[in-house]
Amino acid sequence: MADDLIAIAFIIFLAAVGYIFGSIGQRRHYRSITQREAQYRDILVFNEKLPPAEFAGQDFALVCGSVVMGGDYFRQILAALKMIFGGRLSSFEAMLDRGRREAILRMKAEARRKGARAIFNVRLETSTLSSAERNNKGGLPCMELIAYGTAWRAPDGAEKRAS
Amino acid sequence: MATNTSGITLSNIEHFPGYVITRHLGLVQGSTVRAKHVGRDIMASLKNIVGGELKGYTELLNESRQEALNRMQAQARAVGANAVINVRFSTANIAAGAAEILAYGTAVVIQREV
Repeated sequence: MADDLIAIAFIIFLAAVGYIFGSIGQRRHYRSITQREAQYRDILVFNEKLPPAEFAGQDFALVCGSVVMGGDYFRQILAALKMIFGGRLSSFEAMLDRGRREAILRMKAEARRKGARAIFNVRLETSTLSSAERNNKGGLPCMELIAYGTAWRAPDGAEKRAS
Repeated sequence: MATNTSGITLSNIEHFPGYVITRHLGLVQGSTVRAKHVGRDIMASLKNIVGGELKGYTELLNESRQEALNRMQAQARAVGANAVINVRFSTANIAAGAAEILAYGTAVVIQREV
């Protein structure tokens, strides 16, 4: 009996810790994402395959950004309950949205390091990593989000036109 | 041309304005299987309580992807290519705690149009 109570108290404690720190972390992450998105706005991202003719003959290189995201304990419990009734799992939506935007930002950062101006043929990929299947709690959600594409240097004279 | 340290240009596009592909040298690939070590696993499961990015895994997968790309580039160099085009990545879980990262593409010789 006492053991059960301790177990329940422990779960509630973990959920509380997860909720508080998870929310703080999420808010902080979103703030940093919006700030960096503004900073990298001048690097253009397209999912079209071919760059326009102006880019002909310019240098190019593969760029890639990735991030592994995990869900917090409280939201996992919430999601497990929600799965009984179905519908939107907004906590996971936020996790994937944050991860994907972070991956795109890292790809843009790499493009900037390589002196590129635009990224074409951008592909987004999501894969699940089985992080803790062993402790048969259904596994903690753990996703890898990847963004990759081909970065191109700006056409000659474009920098002058832009400034 | 955009050269990285190994001199093999990579891209996930297959046609390049301003360049001509003079030779196709077939498929090249590179892969690596990595397991995360116990310390990282414990840290990650602690981090999973509060959620957010699992930095240990991000680093691990980035290192592995770089390794896979390096192997693919080595193969491309061996067949005499100067670029690998149409590069694709694929990640597979082969066991709990181990992942395979695969990179593959077409090795070609390309040059600027004159």
